[in-house]
Amino acid sequence: MSTVPSLQKCNDFVIKFANINGTGSASANELFARAVIAMGVPVAPRNVFPSNIQGLPTWYEMRVSGEGWLGRRGGCDLMVAMNPQTWDRDVAEVTPGGYLLYDSTKRLPRSRFRDDLTVLGLPLTEICLAEYGDPRQRQLMKNILYVGALTALLDIDFAVVERLIGKQFRGKEKLIAANVQALRLGHDAARAALPCPIGLTVRRSDGVGERIFVNGNDACALGAIYGGATVAAWYPITPSTSVIEAFASYCRKYRTDPNNGRALYAIVQAEDELASIGMVIGASWNGSRAFTATSGPGISLMQEFFGLAYFAEVPAVIFDVQRGGPSTGMPTRSQQSDLLSCAYASHGDTKHVLLFPEDPYECFTLGAQAFDLAERLQTPVFVLSDLDIGMNEVLCRPFDWDDSRQYDRGKLMSAADLNAGRNFGRYLDVDGDGIPFRTIPGTHPTKGAYFSRGTTRNAYAKYSEAGTDYVYNMERLRRKFVTARSLVPGPVRKNARLPTRFGAIYYGSTSPAMAEAFALLEARGIHVDLLRVRGFPFADEVMDFIVDHELVFVVEQNESGQLRTLLVNEGDLDPRRLVCVLHYDGTPITAGFIAGRIADIVTQNNVTPLRQPLAS
Amino acid sequence: MTYLAKPRLFRPDTPKNALGYTRRDYEGAISTLCAGCGHDSISAAVVQACFDLDIEPHRVAKLSGIGCSSKTPDYFLGNSHGFNTTHGRMPSVLTGAALANRGLLYLGVSGDGDSASIGIGQFAHAMRRGVNMTYLVENNGVYGLTKGQFSATADKGSKNKRGLVNNDAPIDLVTLALQLGASYVARGFSGDKTQLVPLIKGAMRHLGPALIDVISPCVTFNNHPGSTRSYDYVREHNETINRLDVILPKDRITVSYAPGELRRIVQHDGSVLCLRKLHADYDPSDRVGAMNYLQERHALGEIVTGLIYVDAGAQDLHHYLNTVETPLNALGVAELCPGAKTLEAINESLRHG
Repeated sequence: MSTVPSLQKCNDFVIKFANINGTGSASANELFARAVIAMGVPVAPRNVFPSNIQGLPTWYEMRVSGEGWLGRRGGCDLMVAMNPQTWDRDVAEVTPGGYLLYDSTKRLPRSRFRDDLTVLGLPLTEICLAEYGDPRQRQLMKNILYVGALTALLDIDFAVVERLIGKQFRGKEKLIAANVQALRLGHDAARAALPCPIGLTVRRSDGVGERIFVNGNDACALGAIYGGATVAAWYPITPSTSVIEAFASYCRKYRTDPNNGRALYAIVQAEDELASIGMVIGASWNGSRAFTATSGPGISLMQEFFGLAYFAEVPAVIFDVQRGGPSTGMPTRSQQSDLLSCAYASHGDTKHVLLFPEDPYECFTLGAQAFDLAERLQTPVFVLSDLDIGMNEVLCRPFDWDDSRQYDRGKLMSAADLNAGRNFGRYLDVDGDGIPFRTIPGTHPTKGAYFSRGTTRNAYAKYSEAGTDYVYNMERLRRKFVTARSLVPGPVRKNARLPTRFGAIYYGSTSPAMAEAFALLEARGIHVDLLRVRGFPFADEVMDFIVDHELVFVVEQNESGQLRTLLVNEGDLDPRRLVCVLHYDGTPITAGFIAGRIADIVTQNNVTPLRQPLAS
Repeated sequence: MTYLAKPRLFRPDTPKNALGYTRRDYEGAISTLCAGCGHDSISAAVVQACFDLDIEPHRVAKLSGIGCSSKTPDYFLGNSHGFNTTHGRMPSVLTGAALANRGLLYLGVSGDGDSASIGIGQFAHAMRRGVNMTYLVENNGVYGLTKGQFSATADKGSKNKRGLVNNDAPIDLVTLALQLGASYVARGFSGDKTQLVPLIKGAMRHLGPALIDVISPCVTFNNHPGSTRSYDYVREHNETINRLDVILPKDRITVSYAPGELRRIVQHDGSVLCLRKLHADYDPSDRVGAMNYLQERHALGEIVTGLIYVDAGAQDLHHYLNTVETPLNALGVAELCPGAKTLEAINESLRHG
């Protein structure tokens, strides 16, 4: 028995699965997550995996939160320790009073355990050896076995999990029967040998509602489908690969001509990232909506082409699923560290449009919107997701779409326009918004053709080395960027309960942790207004927010405060008013971390002014 | 450089093609290349080929990389859209463009630096992917715009203008294209327009990747004794394997040849490649044979020109991707967007209540 009181928590704990990658544990762990959701209780699972295919440690960390907090909490209340390689660190990680479920087939000395934990041993391997002949099945079913045991230990309705298995393997009756049998074995073994339920339990609730359980990469792909993308060119790179895989699978389903089976899309796996973005630019130049999906190293490789698209004014959509940099960095860990390399990508004076989705819902909506923006502005648009959003299933608002919505193809000049005698200057600012008209190749036999190039040209696309032509063009591009400010999605503001001189700016995957930190701070009487930035160039409200507050925390998941740098640079702000709150070890940021940092600074800050009147 | 613009006078006796266009309708801006540059002859050959083929100028998209050669698309087909991309990356941009609209003709123009040095990766992959295009390499063995450095196609042992010897082995784009799956491979010489024009015509009517390596001497930096890309050297070492005539379906074949002299190859679109053999044993449908022949002749210091290989039954990238006949860029929201109802079904599949 544990030397400290065992944790007693309902619908509010963290369970962590320590596994070996390549053993089929991921699908069993996801099944468990779906089971908790099916009980109506919100969960936030996160897969921590190595850059490897088989044999290395992998963890699946799942927060069960009846209150609905979806950020990473940190810590672990119940460890499902299935990996001997990481046993010691896994055991060490459990909160005192927590629980340890392990495979007791091989006896371990007492010294390998902790006496402040409730140890739950089940001979999983032994059961599998007795039950299954096939080695692969022994391995796979062991995972289902511990899910079965957990249903008993956490008091989860067995029928719920049984139903989910039926749904997952619909039409494959043999598989359903085998999995349900394994589930039952695990469940019954736990019931027979262990004190069920333990202090951590899942109780039916209605906390999930209409929400869907999906990952950001699938949502980006769906955004590209709904946004009308027809050409995707890509090069495999973690953690963005599944954006294209999902796009391909959605295309097969929703973009196949029902009459003849032909494809209403083209997907090409290119030889590298340079070719990927080159194809995207070529397709967009020729009037298709095209995109690529990549991560930091790909962004580095694409730099020259970004400059071409910016200067020749060709639309392009880039989904950048960020990972830990620099260089190969932490390829399977999350970061928000590509902001600057995207915002100012390429040599010369360039600036790009960035969108910051907070979750899969926004990966879908901003993903679809990116194609409208790219064509409206005739420039590359970057959707900056990250590994945390992209590769983890999360509960989010259901996707929505308005059927009356048309694609905004931007300023396109048609053959009819040209026949009507409209003046066409490819780089001529006719409306004062910096956006010129373009024609698509093949539009008209004698009018509207032009030569696209990365070199300077005049307003009629003729090659020019005249400084005046260059300056005209650069000033127009600057106007275009001002126009972009009102087109990108604006920030989302949430005020504290009481008026305050403190503000916090954040974006992307920091969102769930920030929401929880806000509540933690309010509970301590610390009031901070929040502003979630959703796009770059920054809308006026972003700068207004900073002006409205004496001190603004900029909460980010990178080492150097890249959003803060952008804000200071673009807003011409006093850097002292913007205080970094930075988390960058590759794990998703937690509410505890954010609230702790902010509380420390606010407390110090509150103390200082009080002393002044005393001293005077 | 040609300083004087030709007057745009219309003479009633100016020849017109079937579409009513004159040769002038296929010309572009005034060339800014050096007087006597081989590249200008290639531009003229492109103009002639498109005129002869009755191509509507706006149905061609011309793309290039960076360098002297890549400037040339500005100097022909002024009513076609053009894209001067980045150095060595034209093939990817062209591939993307071709994916977006399968209804246009794609003409890629590149140089030996652009394709064999910085761009060899993209060159290779566009060939093996089967992009439907005519890929012209204006090959002079030298970097012109940066004033005379060797390129990767310069022969080992050849000398630059200052007498320095190139020690690096040359890359032969024709051999590479053959190996990588190009389905129409030719080599021409900018000094022989009668040979070059039909080679371009055949390529533009070909389905699949068509490479024409055109030896195009650089009069300023690579036309001296010791160079293997000078006018004199190429004329002396030119080994022409065949002479091509391209017959369109609408034309009646009037020329007659003695049996055995002529080989007729019907392409995908019905155009006929009529090859007059200059070497009785050369078979342009034998890929491996072509590679062997090229190696043998290269060892003898000869430059093989003519239609080296053609596979008239080849397919292209769109075929492999099974894309619809309608150009992808012509599809609208009705065809592309699955709509709200489908989205609700997707949402439902992502719920686990």
